[in-house]
Amino acid sequence: MKWGVLQFPGSCDERDALNACQLAGGGGPGQARLVWHEETDLSGLDGIVVPGGFSYGDYLRAGAIARFSPAMTAVAEFAANGGPVLGICNGFQVLCESGLLPGALLTNERTRFICRQGDLIVGESDSPFLAGLEAGSTISIPFKHQSGRFFAPPELLEQIESRGQVAFRYAPGQNPNGSLNDIAGVTNEAGNVLGLMPHPEHAVEAFSGSTDGLAIFQGPALAGAAS
Amino acid sequence: MIQARILIRPKEGILDAQGKAVEAALPALGFEGVGHVRVGRIVELEAESIDRLEELCEKLLANPLIEDYEIETIG
Repeated sequence: MKWGVLQFPGSCDERDALNACQLAGGGGPGQARLVWHEETDLSGLDGIVVPGGFSYGDYLRAGAIARFSPAMTAVAEFAANGGPVLGICNGFQVLCESGLLPGALLTNERTRFICRQGDLIVGESDSPFLAGLEAGSTISIPFKHQSGRFFAPPELLEQIESRGQVAFRYAPGQNPNGSLNDIAGVTNEAGNVLGLMPHPEHAVEAFSGSTDGLAIFQGPALAGAAS
Repeated sequence: MIQARILIRPKEGILDAQGKAVEAALPALGFEGVGHVRVGRIVELEAESIDRLEELCEKLLANPLIEDYEIETIG
């Protein structure tokens, strides 16, 4: 499986995402490459990561301007064709602003930037990204954001819940930002697009204290092998 | 060219974290009796016509899911 990791001016987690993709595939530089925001050709890629950071300075609203980049137009098409797309942190914000994922991310309830390790509960979702994770199990990965408060109007929230689009929730008592229903990550209806605020790409090697994030990057290949 | 001023605010009912932070700082500065602070932003621009400003707001300047906007022409 070959991954493309988008890189906007202001991205800052793309190298870790690249590393995670390579580790998920068993290592080797052939399994992931960076995709500059002006690129529109995603041919040869089997999965896309929209990484964390501060795309285009996050001016206006986080993710609002990145949505209009040439690469994101290509990603929208890639997603519409069923390709797996993973948005992390700022990438989650970009995917929500693009309309590829439901809802919006607001400034944390207490306005502070948070940066700490925390627990997520895996949701009941058919997303290929969760193929290697058991629903109800706990993973430990870093929380690192300032605008991570998931919001959706009541009707949309109900829809997200009833259609099994909640991929991750903050573990009880660990909601760091005031997200509705403790939601940390959601998928689109088809499940091939996943966005989450916490950072699985920072938890893929033993030295960082947890390797729980790796399973998310391994999911699509697992799902593909099973189908 | 027309000049427009666009006021963008968090929707009623959505917790405005910035507004709350400002509000919380006021008593310490001696400003009593001030409440319900909401922080938005103003975008000023010039356009050849007003026709597409609403679309511009919907697509970029505001996120209609979480923000309201008002367009005011000022010249």
